[in-house]
Amino acid sequence: MDFNLIQNLATGFGVAVSWTNLLYCLIGCILGTLIGVLPGIGPVATIAMLLPATYALPPVSALIMLAGIYYGAQYGGSTTAILVNLPGESSSVVTCIDGYQMARQGRAGPALAAAGLGSFFAGCVGTIILAAFAPPLTELAFKFGPAEYFSLMVLGLIGAVVLASGSLLKAIAMVVLGLLLGLVGTDVNSGVARFSFDIPELTDGIGFIAISMGVFGYGEIIGNLSQPDTEREVFTSKVKGLWPTKDDFKKMAPAVLRGTTLGSALGILPGGGALLASFASYAMEKKLKMAPGELAFGKGNIRGVAGPESANNAGAQTSFIPLLTLGIPPNPVMALMVGAMTIHNIQPGPQVMSSNPELFWGLIASMWLGNLMLIVLNLPLIGMWIKLLKVPYRLLFPAIVLFCAIGVYTTNNNTFDVWMVAIFGLVGYVFIKLRVEPAPLLLGFILGPMMEENLRRALLLSRGSWSVLVTRPISLGLLIGALALLAIVLLPAVSAKREEAFVEE
Amino acid sequence: MAIKSQADFFSGVMFMVVGGVFAIGSTNYTIGDGARMGPGYFPLMLGILLALLGAAILFQSLVVETPDGGRIGRWAWKPLGFVLGANLVFGVLLGGLPSIGLPAMGLIIAIFALTIIASMAGSQFKLRDSLLLAVVLAVGSYVAFILLLKLQIQVWPTFIAG
Repeated sequence: MDFNLIQNLATGFGVAVSWTNLLYCLIGCILGTLIGVLPGIGPVATIAMLLPATYALPPVSALIMLAGIYYGAQYGGSTTAILVNLPGESSSVVTCIDGYQMARQGRAGPALAAAGLGSFFAGCVGTIILAAFAPPLTELAFKFGPAEYFSLMVLGLIGAVVLASGSLLKAIAMVVLGLLLGLVGTDVNSGVARFSFDIPELTDGIGFIAISMGVFGYGEIIGNLSQPDTEREVFTSKVKGLWPTKDDFKKMAPAVLRGTTLGSALGILPGGGALLASFASYAMEKKLKMAPGELAFGKGNIRGVAGPESANNAGAQTSFIPLLTLGIPPNPVMALMVGAMTIHNIQPGPQVMSSNPELFWGLIASMWLGNLMLIVLNLPLIGMWIKLLKVPYRLLFPAIVLFCAIGVYTTNNNTFDVWMVAIFGLVGYVFIKLRVEPAPLLLGFILGPMMEENLRRALLLSRGSWSVLVTRPISLGLLIGALALLAIVLLPAVSAKREEAFVEE
Repeated sequence: MAIKSQADFFSGVMFMVVGGVFAIGSTNYTIGDGARMGPGYFPLMLGILLALLGAAILFQSLVVETPDGGRIGRWAWKPLGFVLGANLVFGVLLGGLPSIGLPAMGLIIAIFALTIIASMAGSQFKLRDSLLLAVVLAVGSYVAFILLLKLQIQVWPTFIAG
């Protein structure tokens, strides 16, 4: 394996280190940091916005750039969390707690450095894990039949739901709603146009971009604007002396290691990724015994910054594993990556590694280079991003509206998508009002047609007997996993903890 | 029976209605059976499942106490109207609307219209700031989307560009 790994990585670097791909990697990292720094716009909306623009690019460059946005956002998010006490990114929510306290004590520099260095270390480890684990998992994936795929998707969707915040029932309902919306359009098997109301554009299905941009882009802008303006206190003048002290290093190094391990493991899980990883890491750091004389958590403990920030970046990297090996997106960002791959006629799944090795290894190699660019972008050039924090939201949101509109229009150069995105913008706002999380819907939407197809094939092979899902061992194991996840969350003790974890801010 | 959580109550209703509509709609297609699933089979199943989940959420909203009564609160009509309106006007200006005889006005005019209309969604609106922002965005978009990404978008109105 070792020799292969090196050879594969060499192929990857050969692809990633070309002027074009380095440029798109850099663009992705800059954009990612940008939207990470800016509160109110996340990687989901940005990637959705840029998807149409990647039509013109070669597939490798497109994926390299889009991936850069996701992990870049994990770096940028911490800057805002530390300096403004606002999570620039949802996965930086816990970084606010101790990071902002450090900034108030005039230690914004070390906090930023802890976040940046931790993220870099975690990013490198995450990339290596991705490179090492992808081939064996791909082997396993080839043993999967339709029944296994169906059960795996059930497990993935349940995982996503369990880890979402808020009501479990509502989240499951959103998944089912997403599955149903995904079925709109022509049925591949019978050629019947389902739920298309004789609208020709709808026979191709609801546009993935229209749905994600409407619900995540417009829905969230409207939600943000309906909140009263909040005063932001920016600790910009106090950023000097970036380098942490020797004592800081001693405290943060183990936290970074723990965060990286935890984040890498949680990123692979269905439903996992950056957000979950950061929460879990903070909870763990808090549970560990304090060294004598150490600052309490919530009062500016550097471990509370280093741990979660490493974990979220590790999780962001390893969440590519299920996507690249099984073709199953574990979170909404990866669902968008599926969209990006399909735009370029690449069917995500285990065959990507053998049929498009340049793309596969090029993407992985670019992540390491991207992390290198990000550490430079985020530590020496921190001043640039701080200036950006002073741009008021009232100038920012019309720009976001514009990029969404251009993105939607250019998908098909067709105004029909513009009407659709308006409808989904309204729907997204209704979701906010009804306090239902939109993320599970997007996952369901992507998996809907895949689930139907695999179920159809599984039942065809078993002559209509549903027992095929439980008689095949791997499939049974996956379903038991899904049930176990549900059971664990429903245990009273765990459900209380789960609420606590999401409330903790 | 009192509603203990408004948000849950209405989301329950929403899921029941949407699930029901999908379930009823799918009976228009061949259902088939397990071994030969028709196009209506999977949506019918999911529709029924969604309606049941909706009913459970509805039931919960009548039984389980919530601290703030799960109040939905006021609708933010202003941002809703202006943000979605800006988007619609952008689409109409950019692509034109043959049904009312409006020619395509191109990207630049559409950007100005969108920026100004969208800005009105915020709590303070200053025309001068919005115009300035529109100029920046128009130049930026022209460089990024037309020059660099080479997207096929009409830039100027039809009657000027021909």
